[in-house]
Order: sequence, then C-alpha cells, then structure tokens
Amino acid sequence: MGMQAFLDIFDIYLLEAVINGILLGGVLALLALGLNLIFGVIDVTWICYAELVMIGMYAMYFMVQYYGVSYFVSAPLTILLVAVLGAALHYLVIAPLLTAPPINQLLATGGVLFVLQSFATVAFGIDFRNLGIRLPVLAFGDMNFSYARLLSFVAALVGMVAVYLFMTRTFTGTAIRAISQDRQIMALMGVDTKRIYLITSALGGALAGLAACLLVLQYDVHPFVGLSFGPITFLICVLGGLGNFIGGFIAAFLFAEIISLGGLFSDLEWGYVLAFAFFIVMMFIRPAGLLARRR
Amino acid sequence: MTGQGRLAAWGIGLAALVALPFVYRDPYHLHILVLILIWSFAYTSWSMMGRFGLVSLGHGGFMGIGAYVTALLWNHLGLSPWIGIPISMAAAGALAMIVGYPCFRFRITGHYFVLVTLALSGIVLQVITATRDYTGGSLGYTPNRATGNKLLALQFDDKITWYLIALAVWLFGIVVWHWVDRSMARYALEAISEDEDAAAAAGVDVTAEKLKITLLSALMTALAGAIYCQYQMFITPDTVSGIAVSLQMVFAAIVGGLFVSLGPTVGAIITILLAETLRIGFGTKAVGWDNLVYGVLLVLFIIFLPKGILGSLLDRLKPQRKVSRAHEQEAVQIARPGA
Repeated sequence: MGMQAFLDIFDIYLLEAVINGILLGGVLALLALGLNLIFGVIDVTWICYAELVMIGMYAMYFMVQYYGVSYFVSAPLTILLVAVLGAALHYLVIAPLLTAPPINQLLATGGVLFVLQSFATVAFGIDFRNLGIRLPVLAFGDMNFSYARLLSFVAALVGMVAVYLFMTRTFTGTAIRAISQDRQIMALMGVDTKRIYLITSALGGALAGLAACLLVLQYDVHPFVGLSFGPITFLICVLGGLGNFIGGFIAAFLFAEIISLGGLFSDLEWGYVLAFAFFIVMMFIRPAGLLARRR
Repeated sequence: MTGQGRLAAWGIGLAALVALPFVYRDPYHLHILVLILIWSFAYTSWSMMGRFGLVSLGHGGFMGIGAYVTALLWNHLGLSPWIGIPISMAAAGALAMIVGYPCFRFRITGHYFVLVTLALSGIVLQVITATRDYTGGSLGYTPNRATGNKLLALQFDDKITWYLIALAVWLFGIVVWHWVDRSMARYALEAISEDEDAAAAAGVDVTAEKLKITLLSALMTALAGAIYCQYQMFITPDTVSGIAVSLQMVFAAIVGGLFVSLGPTVGAIITILLAETLRIGFGTKAVGWDNLVYGVLLVLFIIFLPKGILGSLLDRLKPQRKVSRAHEQEAVQIARPGA
C-alpha cells in the first residue's frame, strides 16, 4: 500500500472515529450524569454503578430475547427496575451509613459490586449474551455508522434533557438542587431529605437503566461487563469534578474521543490506556477538575 | 502483656509455625496455609496505607504488575525471578509514584483518590487483556517450567519449601508493619489522616510522607503478586489484578481489623477459609457463590463492625489499655475533599 493510499483511508477512518467518539460520548455522559447526581445530592459515590447497568442489560436481554417482549416495552420496564434497585441500594446500604465516614459508604457499595457481579454469575452464568437484534449500518459517503450508536446518542441526549427539565421545572427537582447546595439547611426549611435522597437514588438508577437499554444494543452482556466502562466513568466524573454536571458532560465527550481515536490505532483497550494517561496529565494541569476555578 | 512476654509469645508461635510442615504434611492443608500466608502479606501491604486513611483500590494493579512482569521476563528473556521480581517491584513502584505524586501534590483525597486508584487497577487489567499476544489475555499465563536450576528459577515442587518461603515473606510484612508503627512516619501520617492542613502547618511534609508509605505499600504488594505467581504457576488477569482483587484486599483488611498488625492476617484466614468451604460445599456450582457471600459480609461488616473482628476483640479484651485514637473510631476516616 502506498503512502498516499494509506493517508486517504486514514482520513476517512479518522473522521469516522471522531464521529463515533461523539456518539459514544452520549452514553458515557449519561452514566456520568447519574453518578454526579448522586454524589452532588447525597455525597456518596456508588462504585457499583456500572454493575447496576449490567443488571439492566440482563433485564433487557431476558425480556427481549427470552420472553419475546418488544424492545420498546422492555426499555421502560428496565428503567423502572433499575430505578427501584437504585432506591433499594440507598435504603438498605447507604441510609444506615449516612453518618459514617464517607469512605465507608463507598466501600459498602464496593461490597454491592461483588454481590451484583456474583449474583449475575450464579444466576445467568458467565456466557456472553446479546439481544440478537441486528440494527442496520448507516452508510454516509464512505463512512459507516452503526444505527445503534446513533440511536443511543439521541436517546442519551433526550434522557439528559429530561433530567434537566425535571431539575429546573419541578418542585422536587428544585429541592434536589437546593439540597446539593446546602445539606443541613434544607432540612430546617421543611424539605424531607430522606424522601429527596430516595428520589435522587431512584433517578440515578433510572439513568443507569436507560444506559443499559442503549448499551445492550451495542455490546454483549456478561457478569463483568461493568468493568469495561465503570473505570472510565469514574475518571470522567473526577476530571469533570464530582457533582459538576457540565464538567462531567464535557469530560465524557473528551474521553470518548480519546478512546475512539486511540482505538483507531490499535485495540479499544489501548484507547482506555490513552484516556488514563490523558487523565494523569490533566491532574497536573487542572487538579480540581476540568471546570474548577483555580483556588 | 509485658514486652518480654509478648516477645516470648511471638517466638513460641513462630517456632510452632516453622515446625508445622515437618510434623503435619497433608498437601491440601499446606496449600491452603501457603495461600493464606501469601494473601495475608498482600493484605498487610494494603493496610500499611489503608490504616492512615489512604484508601487505595489500585493495589490490584500493583499485584498484577508484580505477577505478570516477573513471569513475562522469565518466559521471554529468560530472566531469573531473582532479578525479575525486583524489576517488577520497581515497575509497580514507578506506577505508584506517577499516580500518587499528582494525587498527593494536588490534594486529591477522599472520593477522588479512591476513584483514581480504582481506575488505575481497571486500566492495568485492560492492559494485561489488551497485550494478549504476550500475556495470554483473560485466558491466563503460565511461567515456563524450569529445565535447569530450580532455585534459580524460584520454582519448587514440594509444598514444604513454599510454606517456608511464604512464612518468611509474611513475617517480613509483619516486621515492616511494626517498623512503620514505631517510626516517626506513623505519627506524621496519623496527623495527616486527621487534618491535612494542620499537619502541614505543624511542619509535616504531607506529599513526601504519603508518597513514602504508598511506595512501600506498592512494592510489597508487587512482591506478593510475584510470589503468588511463582507458587501457583498460573495467573489470570482476574485473580491477580483488577478491581475485584483490590476490593478483596480492602474487604479482608476490614474484616480482620485495619489497625492491628495481625488484622489483615485474620482477614485472610477468614476469607480464604470461607471461599474454600463454599467451594467444597457447592462443588462446581461454587462459581460466584463465594463472592456473593463476600459482598454481603463486606456490607454487613462496614455497617455493624467497622473495626473488624480482631480489632473489636482486642478492644473488648483490654478496654482499660488505651483510649482509642480518634481516627480509629471508624474503619477508615479521611478528610473530605475541599473540607
């Protein structure tokens, strides 16, 4: 292959990778939003967040593939299921630990990570499963985009806009934002913090559920699938600043681009490594997060 | 117990441990003992940092580097583990410095530190999987059998030799733990874990102290990984690296008790016996069940017994001995970011 031919192909692939990165960024932004929401309001990090997504993916798989329920009926049910799981996680694990040091809450969710992974192993086995839905590939010029990615991107955006509207237009949403600003005073103002925490956890769960519905279109589900996008979500949240929604949004697209472009040169895993290296460098430049003001 | 009495108890205990394999030779039980000793050493290494509120979930990464670098150097370059192990430890130490320095220098504490280290162990797992042409990926990796000198290759067939090696390594970990416990660094790190700003104001070099203990902890964890690899002669990314291994370390250290030297050892005894019992009890169906019980116990321990089994037991036995220090009130207490 001549150098010129190589460059021609490279350019098309490059553009395709850039656009695929943006599409991937949508789902990552959705996950970061869920984690940031929970951190911002309850001051807890769910390190089992990606495992909630994994359970949601299994729910989709069994409803669609095993029981033959339509995808568009299964999706809301899955979102509801993971929302309930999120609320249960808060009620059973986080609530008894609210006054404990924050790190204990985090480690307890680490225990839940073990529980969810091994539950999936015990209940569903370690086989890779997929929906078996083959969505068409969209050809645009010489570039190919998977319809599943496009759909995920749009749905993720819709989900984020819905959360934005909920947070700004409803009383509960306003209360959630108020609590994230001052945890103590809102209780004195007559806001039921327990209820708000439960609602926030359910909302965080619902976002994980939505992400599950979208990811199951593109990836096989297995008990350890959470490990392939959990770490990257944490890096996004740290880089964007925990609890900072806009920072998380921007960081999600930055990371998605790095992963997608890194994957262009070799395996996807190297994209992750590149993203981690980028993260370390960013820590030196903006240690308090992407959008943080310098102290 | 007086100082002399304590020393005598240690001496007798150790003599009994050294004599054990010569009296009792059941290979299965010796195998379990070797595993307990190696993992105890790994958990002790983790707790060196953990007890000062530096909760790292990146140690799975250090352990993986220790195991894989040693094995890769042996298989590809024919480098004896006697040289390979120090190299793998240096690699883990270098990685710990690269990640630790910006974290400590820029005050990345609390949730942020946990998440960064968590990502670190995830990334190491990804790298091992990605370089499957060399590492065998998730299928695992086996160091080549030595054809020549067994000692040079650090490969032994009999369990007694391995038991004695593991015992020595474990003892080394306990000695280092006590050495840190009696050093000035301990007071500096305790001060840091209670109030970083106040410690810095009192003249403690916060970044340097944290880096030192992190380096020590990472080096020891890599050693544990290398020893585990040499003993088992088979490693997979999931058994020596990644988030699950990191969490397993935290879990065992918390179950046993973070603030006492034998706490992580007790944690290893409990967790490994539990896993073995479940494995035998459930047979091949055990896949997943042991971790399910692990996870549930971890959550219960953090909620109901944050000082761990040995820690709580010692407190109950001698309530008059000392008022427990503020930072020992809970499993781990660290400064909130920005506080």
